[in-house]
Amino acid sequence: MISKISFFLCCLFLSMNAHAEKITIAAAADLKFAMDEIVTSFKNVNPDESVVVIYGSSGKFHTQLRHGAPFDIFFSADINYPRELVRAGVAIGEAKPYAIGRIVLWSASQDASKMTLNSLMEQKITRIAIANPKHAPYGKRAEEALRASGLWDKIEQKLVYGENIAQTAQYVQTGNAEAGIIALSLAVNPELANKGGYMLIPDNLHTPLEQGFVLTKHAEGNALAKMFADYMSGKSARAIMVKYGFVLPNDINAK
Amino acid sequence: MYLTEADLEAVWLTIRLACIVTLILLLVGTPIAWWLARAKTWWKGPIGAVVALPLVLPPSVLGFYLLLAMGPNGPVGQLIQTLGLTPLPFTFWGLVIASVFYSLPFMVQPLQTAFEAIGDRPLEVAATLRASPLNAFFTVAVPLALPGFLSASILTFAHTVGEFGVVLMIGGNVPGVTRVASVQIYDHVEALEYTQAHHLAGVMLAFSFLILLSLYIWRKKPNNGRQHE
Repeated sequence: MISKISFFLCCLFLSMNAHAEKITIAAAADLKFAMDEIVTSFKNVNPDESVVVIYGSSGKFHTQLRHGAPFDIFFSADINYPRELVRAGVAIGEAKPYAIGRIVLWSASQDASKMTLNSLMEQKITRIAIANPKHAPYGKRAEEALRASGLWDKIEQKLVYGENIAQTAQYVQTGNAEAGIIALSLAVNPELANKGGYMLIPDNLHTPLEQGFVLTKHAEGNALAKMFADYMSGKSARAIMVKYGFVLPNDINAK
Repeated sequence: MYLTEADLEAVWLTIRLACIVTLILLLVGTPIAWWLARAKTWWKGPIGAVVALPLVLPPSVLGFYLLLAMGPNGPVGQLIQTLGLTPLPFTFWGLVIASVFYSLPFMVQPLQTAFEAIGDRPLEVAATLRASPLNAFFTVAVPLALPGFLSASILTFAHTVGEFGVVLMIGGNVPGVTRVASVQIYDHVEALEYTQAHHLAGVMLAFSFLILLSLYIWRKKPNNGRQHE
């Protein structure tokens, strides 16, 4: 019995790292593949640090952070959410832009690079997936683009709404929706790219998707959080972002 | 208005879904419960466990696998396609089918308990009075198990009203079709519309409470079939 207790206590103590810093990142769902790679490369340079990433919809994270969620850095698909957090006093520093998001048309059953937005009116497209415009930034831009092209009224009954942009992509990937408007960063990932190409939706059809991040009050005094934030503006992180189709904030005219 | 039009639409959709699912489960669940209560074979165990699965499976798991099964690459989806019917995901009837699975144990288990409580005696007596099994079921078993039917129906109804995880996976959040009240509340919260969220949640809370209150006030004590020992 004593040996069991001491074994348990040993495990407990061993599980506590000497380097006690760890950070939890709340990242928008469209960052799934890009952020995984950035964290891996960050850990290669800083092997003893603990970085945990949670993906979800920016709106949800914003709400949770307003109510004290223990995230250290919030990467939002819409910079307005981090700005709200700064205004509400639950963030430290300023909201910094990290990328410009783009939306694309994508399908798993046909090559979307040959499609246009007007193809959405075709009979064989019975369901079109977009993220929920009410709280998902990519969904909002999808709605704007559809309205700007005069298609909204014509295809509204075909729409199904994903909880976040990742679920939206899942609807299309499983074939439940024949086509959808998803994030470019998801469409360029090999998992989705293997199923077919994408059609980049002109960015003059929607308000820019300026994406920003901010450190939260929870990260106050956490040196690792500041380190990661700085890493984001470093060369390797930026290269990974570009690889995943994100336009970097200082070279808007590049794409 | 206390509730917006979209909210009322969601509430009405939820009630419709819960009513239809309860009716379907009464038809489907009663024979299953009867069999589980009366069977003496070895199959009783596994079948009982399968029926109880939706109780422990996370709703999102159930929803996800239903989505795959009903999708164009899944067995159900392909069957539907060959029959020429519209695909099930993101439709009201897709939601009905998902809810039938999800609420199955809430119908079957109270019924099974009520049927078991009848015991063999009343049905044996009915048989000696020359009642056919079907006749005995309707004239003897059902009246004795009526409190069980009431519990099962109310629990199934309430459980379907509260469904969220399954709907989130398989619903597609289509207004008026699959945007049930639980999803509408979630949408309000996500969009930071806290006042509407409070209103709708308050209405659903009051509604659920009244349903359950009726269960607890009107339920008769199960004294059916028991002989005085």
